[in-house]
Amino acid sequence: MFRLTPEGAARPPLAFTFDGRAMTGRAGDTIAAALLANGVAACRTTPVSDAPRAPYCLMGACFDCLVVVDGVGNRQGCLTPLEDGMRIESQRGRRAVAELAS
Amino acid sequence: MSERRSADVLIVGGGIHGCSTALHCALRGLSVILFEKDHAGRHASGVNAGGVRQLLRDVAEIPLSIASMELWLNIAALVEDDCGFVSEGQILVAEDEAELEIARARVADLRLRGFTHEELIDARELRRLAPAVAETCPGGVVSRRDGAAIPLRATQAFKRRAAALGAVICENERVERVARESGVFVATTPRGVYRAPVLVNAAGAWGGALAASLGEVFPVETIAPMLMITTPMPAFIRPVVILRGRKLSFKQFDNGTVLIGGGHLGKAIPEENRTILDWRKLAVSAQTVWDVFPIMRSATIARAWAGIEARMADDLPAFGPSRLHEGLFHQFGFSAHGFQLGPGAGAVMAELIATGATNTPIDGLSPARFARAPG
Amino acid sequence: MTPLADVGRLAGSYDLVVVGAGPAGLAAAAAGAESGLATLLVDENATPGGQIWRAVTTTPMKRRETLGEDFWKGADHVARFDRSNAAYAPRCTVWSLAADARDDGLIEIGLSMGGKARMIAARQTILATGAQERPFPIPGWTLPGVMTAGAAQIALKTSGAVPDGRVVVAGCGPLLYLLANQLAAAGANIVAVLDTTAPGALRSALPEFGDFLRSPYLAKGLRLVAQARRKLRFVSRVTALAATGESRLEGVRFARGGGVDERIACDALLLHQGVIPSINLSNAAGCAHEFDETQHCWRPRLDDWFCASMAGIAVAGDGAGIGGAESAALRGEIAALGVAARLGRLDAGARDARAAPLRAELARCLRGRRFLDLLYRPAPQFLAPPDDATIVCRCEEVTAGQVRDAARRLGVTGPNQMKAFLRCGMGPCQGRLCGPTVAELIAETRDMSLAEVGAYRLRPPVKPITLGELAALPQTEAAIRAVVR
Repeated sequence: MFRLTPEGAARPPLAFTFDGRAMTGRAGDTIAAALLANGVAACRTTPVSDAPRAPYCLMGACFDCLVVVDGVGNRQGCLTPLEDGMRIESQRGRRAVAELAS
Repeated sequence: MSERRSADVLIVGGGIHGCSTALHCALRGLSVILFEKDHAGRHASGVNAGGVRQLLRDVAEIPLSIASMELWLNIAALVEDDCGFVSEGQILVAEDEAELEIARARVADLRLRGFTHEELIDARELRRLAPAVAETCPGGVVSRRDGAAIPLRATQAFKRRAAALGAVICENERVERVARESGVFVATTPRGVYRAPVLVNAAGAWGGALAASLGEVFPVETIAPMLMITTPMPAFIRPVVILRGRKLSFKQFDNGTVLIGGGHLGKAIPEENRTILDWRKLAVSAQTVWDVFPIMRSATIARAWAGIEARMADDLPAFGPSRLHEGLFHQFGFSAHGFQLGPGAGAVMAELIATGATNTPIDGLSPARFARAPG
Repeated sequence: MTPLADVGRLAGSYDLVVVGAGPAGLAAAAAGAESGLATLLVDENATPGGQIWRAVTTTPMKRRETLGEDFWKGADHVARFDRSNAAYAPRCTVWSLAADARDDGLIEIGLSMGGKARMIAARQTILATGAQERPFPIPGWTLPGVMTAGAAQIALKTSGAVPDGRVVVAGCGPLLYLLANQLAAAGANIVAVLDTTAPGALRSALPEFGDFLRSPYLAKGLRLVAQARRKLRFVSRVTALAATGESRLEGVRFARGGGVDERIACDALLLHQGVIPSINLSNAAGCAHEFDETQHCWRPRLDDWFCASMAGIAVAGDGAGIGGAESAALRGEIAALGVAARLGRLDAGARDARAAPLRAELARCLRGRRFLDLLYRPAPQFLAPPDDATIVCRCEEVTAGQVRDAARRLGVTGPNQMKAFLRCGMGPCQGRLCGPTVAELIAETRDMSLAEVGAYRLRPPVKPITLGELAALPQTEAAIRAVVR
C-alpha cells in the first residue's frame, strides 16, 4: 500500500505483530501508518456487510482504521502511536467483541 | 401550512400521542388539524428507548397499556409500517432475593386483579431467556409479549397514515396561543387562526404550559431522561431487561447495538429545545451494566442523549376530558413511559371525542384527579 | 509548556481549555498562557501541529523543499507555545464539552487519555478543531486503496511514507495540487491528476478575481497548478469518477465533459475536493450554526471575538470557517484576547488595541479567499452521487438510493429523521463522512435549500469511549443520590 522513503526508513525500527504476522514499523508511526507501510490491504471488516476496509482519512474522522490493540477493540489506528511489541489484530465485523469477551 | 382553517378536532403536539389521536380521529371520519412546532417525533416520542412495555406499569395504566399492546402486535395493519417493532419480551431482573420477593408479591397482586401478562420466573428461566445476565441474579418477572420499536419511525408512520386518511398535519408550525371563544377553541399560529369545537392537548413537555394558558394547572415538571447506545456487539440478548433497585433498561437491537437507559436525568431546557447530559449519572448507568452484564465490559459507547418529557407529580399522565372546559382533552404528562401507550391512547381518545365515553378503564388517569392541586 | 502524560496530572479546572493543537490552538493557548491564564491545550495527536503542520517537530522529511516553506512555518508557532506556561495534554481525546449540568457557569469537558476518562471544568474554552476533508462519495470509495489526499499527506509528514505503485490523484482545490507536487517530490509514481473543477465555476468566481489578484494565494496557487501541470499527466474537466476493484482498488473509471468512459489502472487513488470545518464538538455542545453559502458548509455562528452562541465557548481557526493556517493562527490569537478580557486580565481598550493589527493582518490573509471558494466549489455530481448504488454512509453502508427513497417516499425532510429510518450517521464516525452528502441528497430530492434541510444534531461522546472508561469515572456522592425514583 505505502512504501517508506529513504528518510522514512532511517527511523529506529519497532517490532509488532498484525494478526500474528511479525512486522516492522518505525518510531513516530501511528499504527495505521505502520500497517500501510507493511502492505496491509485491510485492517478491518465492517459490522454491516463484512466488507474489507483500510485507513481512509488518517486524521481521526472516518473510523475505518479501527483495530484491536493488545486485546482492546475499537481503537483508532491513526491516532494511536505504534509501540514496540504491540499485538495488533484486524477488527472483524462485530465478531471481534465476541472473541474478546470469551 | 394548511388552507383549511377549521375542523372537528385541533391537536397540539406531533408526538406519538398526537399523531395516533389524529389517525384514530380520521378513521372515525372526524376532520383533524394537528400542529407540531418542530417535526413529528422531534422530542420524547422520537428519542426515547422505544420500549413497548406492559411490564411493571402502575395499575391505573394497565388497561390502557393492554389495549395498546393489541394494536402494537398488528401495528403494520394500522399504519402500513412495522415501526421496527419486535416482540421478544421484557424482563424485570431481580438482583437479589429481597427484590425477587417484591416481584413475587407484585405478580400475586396483579393475578388478584385479573391481570396475567406478568409472570414470575426463577433463575433457570431467567438464564434461558437472557443468558448474559450475571449469574448472581435469582430470577425476575417476564411479560412475554412486550418488546421494542424504533420510536421516530413509529411516530412518523402514525403521522403519514393520519395524513393519508385526510388529517392535516402542520409541522414546523408552533401554536402561539389558544383561547376558547363561544364554545369554540381558537388556535393562533404564525401562519393563521384555526377553529374547532374540540382541542386535544398532546403537547408533551409543553403540555403543562398549554393547559395553564387555559387556566388549568397541573403539577408537572420537565425532565430529560438520558440514554446511551453502544457500537455493534455480537448478538447476546433478545428481550429487554429492566432493573428495579438500580435504574437500568437494556436492549440489544438486531444490528448489535445496545441501548442503555433507565431514567437517570440530565437537564432539560425546553425553551431552547435543548438538553444537557450529566456524565456522572451516565457513569452510574455504566457501572450498573458492568455489574449485570459482564459481556458488556468491552463495549464502546457511541452516543448519549436525552429527550424532553413532562413528568407528573404522581408519575401518571393527564389523560381524558379537562376539568374546566368542555371539548378540551388532555393527553400529556406520560412521565417517561408514554411511548407504548401511544397507539391505544389515540384510539381511546378518538372514541372519547366521537362518542363521549370509552369502555377502557382510564379513571385513574383523569385530569380531574388534580382538582384540588395547589396553584 | 508542561506536558501531561496521564489524566491523573490534569487539574480539576482551568481558566482556559483549548481543544486542538493546530495553528489556531497553538496560538490561542500560547496567548492565553502569556496573559496569565491557567491554560490547558488538549490534542488527539502525539505531537503538536494539527494537520497542516502535522509532525513539524518530528517529521523525517527534513529536506525543506519536499514539504515546502508553509509547512516549516509551523515550527516557530510550536516553539512559542513551548516557551509558554500552558499545560499540554497530547494523545488526549475530548469526547464531551458542554455547559455544566449543575449550572455553575462553567464548561464541563469529558476527556480521555490512555484509556482513562475524567471530567474537568473550564471558565472559558476555545475550540480549535480545524477542518476535515469534504466527503467525496464516488462509487468504490470504500475500497482499500482509496484514501483522502490529506491522508497521504499525513503519512508523508509523519512517517515519510508514500503510496506504493501507480497513484492517481483526483478532485479539486489547492490542497490537491499541493499534495500532488509533494508526493512527486518525495518519489511517488503519480500516473494522473484527474481535475474535477467544475467548468462553470470559473465564471461564478470571476467577479471575485480582483481581490484574488491582490491576495497572497495568487502566486502560491499559480505556482502549484503550473508545477502539477508541467510535471504530471493532468486531466481536466473530469465529470464522472469511480474507483473500481473487488476487494481492493484496481483502477479508476472516469469521463471528461460527459464523454465516454476512460480507465486507468492504479494501486492508490487519493481523493480531495476541499475542506470543511470540523463542527462536531461545537455542534454537540449545542452551539448555533449557520450555512455558509460561499464555502458550501456549516460553521458555528460567532461574534467578533469568535464567541459561539453558548457562553464560555469560542471557536477559532478553520473550525470557524475555512481560511487556512495563517488566518487560523491570527483567529486563535484574537480569540485568546477575548478570553483574557472576559476573565478580567485585560480591559476592553487594551483588548481592542492589541486586536486591531491582528484583524488587519487577518483581512489581508483572507483577501481572495472567496475567489478560491467559488472556483473550487465541487460540482453537484460529486456532492450528491447520481448513481443510487453509491455508498454515502461508510459506517452503516447506506446508499444514495436509500436516502433518496426515504426522502421521497417516506417524506423524510431532515438528516436527523433520516437516522431513524436508515441509521446513516449513527456509526462510529457520527456522520462526519456522510452528513453533508445526506443533506445534499435530501435537498435535491425534496427541492429544499441546504440551510432548510439542516445538519445532523451530534450527540456526545463525539468520540467513542469504552463502557469501562465511563464506569470508572470518578463519582461524587451527590451525583449518585440524585438518581431519580
